Amino acid sequence: MADIAIAALAAPPSRLLAGLRRSGPRLWIGAVLVALLMLAAIFAPVFAPHDPLEQDLMSAQLPPAWMTGGDHTYLLGTDSLGRCVLSRLIYSARTAVMVALIAATLAALIGVALGLFAGSFGGWVDQSISRLIDVWMAFPPVLLSIVLAAVIGAGLTSVIAAIVVVDWTRFARVIRAETMVQLTRDYAAAAQVIGLSRARLLRLEILPNLVPLLVTLLAVEMGIAILVEVILSFVGISVAGDTPTWGSMIAEGRQIVYQAPWIMALPIVCIITSVIGLNLFGDGLRLALDPVQRS
Amino acid sequence: MRWGELIRRLVLVPPTLFGVAVIVFVLLRIVPGDPIAMMIPPGASEADIGRLRALYGLDQPILQQFATWLGQVASGDFGRSISVRQNVLELLLARLPATIELALVATIIAVLLGVVAALVGILLRGRRAEWVVDGGIGVLLAIPDFLWALILLLLFGVLIPLLPISGRVDPEIDLNLHSNFFLIESILTGHFDIAFALLHHMILPALALALPFAALVARLLKASLAESEDQDYAQVARARGYSRPSILLHEVFPNALIPTVALGGVQVTLLLGGTVLVERIFSYEGIGNMAIDAVINRDFPLIQGLVLAFAVMFIALNLLVDLVVTMLDPRLRHG
Repeated sequence: MADIAIAALAAPPSRLLAGLRRSGPRLWIGAVLVALLMLAAIFAPVFAPHDPLEQDLMSAQLPPAWMTGGDHTYLLGTDSLGRCVLSRLIYSARTAVMVALIAATLAALIGVALGLFAGSFGGWVDQSISRLIDVWMAFPPVLLSIVLAAVIGAGLTSVIAAIVVVDWTRFARVIRAETMVQLTRDYAAAAQVIGLSRARLLRLEILPNLVPLLVTLLAVEMGIAILVEVILSFVGISVAGDTPTWGSMIAEGRQIVYQAPWIMALPIVCIITSVIGLNLFGDGLRLALDPVQRS
Repeated sequence: MRWGELIRRLVLVPPTLFGVAVIVFVLLRIVPGDPIAMMIPPGASEADIGRLRALYGLDQPILQQFATWLGQVASGDFGRSISVRQNVLELLLARLPATIELALVATIIAVLLGVVAALVGILLRGRRAEWVVDGGIGVLLAIPDFLWALILLLLFGVLIPLLPISGRVDPEIDLNLHSNFFLIESILTGHFDIAFALLHHMILPALALALPFAALVARLLKASLAESEDQDYAQVARARGYSRPSILLHEVFPNALIPTVALGGVQVTLLLGGTVLVERIFSYEGIGNMAIDAVINRDFPLIQGLVLAFAVMFIALNLLVDLVVTMLDPRLRHG
């Protein structure tokens, strides 16, 4: 038994390398896209050529610089209030990343705790948590988050709360099932034989084995959180009106879509790149980390 | 899913609905925000506010409000909308058909596209072109319906203005129909010009809803086609000289259909949930669009009615899928 444990401990570095090779370009493309998103979010004041709120009504609805009528000081054009679209896109990334990081982490904490609990205790604990998840998932998620954000009131906190309240079930369901699977494995039985308490078993043995799954879920959940933030700000119940968000840019662009289609098109490009980047990154990491997928 | 199990699920429907009702009610009552404050004109007296509060039953203790509300809902009375000032049930019944028709058209498009993509993919199995099909499915799946809505709106509404981007039908068309199921009724009564006009408006939102779902159907079906094709019976048929397309269509496809319906059918609920935003984006007059307005106006009775309506549709869909799977699978049919 001890030999197996030592072998398992010793293996990771080389196995990780093999995994990284196996996950192929997916991981790298994803990592580059995620890194770009993070850089834009962190260094928004450095990259943005203008103040995202600065209005210049004399140069409203300018097309991107390479189109006829474009102005080179506004690389991606301006919106109907003459605000720099590029700067607004960059600052919106900041809001999106903030919401995604905090909301996904909180949803994971709640979901993992409940999932571990349900998966390891079984019986009535499992029954009641599973039932709760079922009822929870009877709601259309989009509608539920819209209702939540609206009743809690506008603001970053309410957007995050709405995402966490709706999405903890994604983690709870998967972690519950995976905990049950892991508990049937020999190593878990062995740990119980040598007298590990349930809490220590979960913390020291089960949880580390859930990490690959958790990393993937987190990346996917960040993508989902970005989308929910976009949805809420598109509907007009996200952050305060003057904070730039991709969703509010889309909503503004929808009003003048025939006159200035790029105002709506550009944030869509940003959203798709970010979400695909996060999905590829999560997928790639899972392939790289998960011993079952690897073999 | 055996028949007994199906009945067990049916019995569980009322408690689930009750749970949904409790959560919606509690959620909307414990949070701050006063719906009455939104509807009073400036300068209304305390007495006026009190009267309004009493009119909507908001002055009662919360448990009593819930009991009253539940009793009314059970008898089909969803109360009066605060923002539109109409009967909630009437509002729901007027708008619901639009959403059901949209979801139906989207599902049909999705199933057709998905089945074709899966069959093409499986015929190309093992060749380099299979990668193109898989990649396409992956991209379709990664982008959610509301982003497809925006992309399609930009592409086919604005850049190449082929299709209308708002509403259910042109206002100048005289519908003169008896039900609110415009599309179904116009097809059944032979008014194909009206049906065409309706479809003309429906195609972009329906396609937006259909694309991710089609990708899901394609992925599930292709995987189970591949699995079924590797089974002995398919190999035997091949050895006896039947052509591969014939085996795929007559032997493999019916078997591969069962897991696809079981897994994919439940996902129709996601498509239904997607109508909320897609209707908003295309200004389509269904209950999804109405839900967003209701939320923005803090219209409690309307929100409760809408969420319950969605929950009922979700549960009904789940049961329907179970039923279809039970009927498709000969092993379960006689279970």
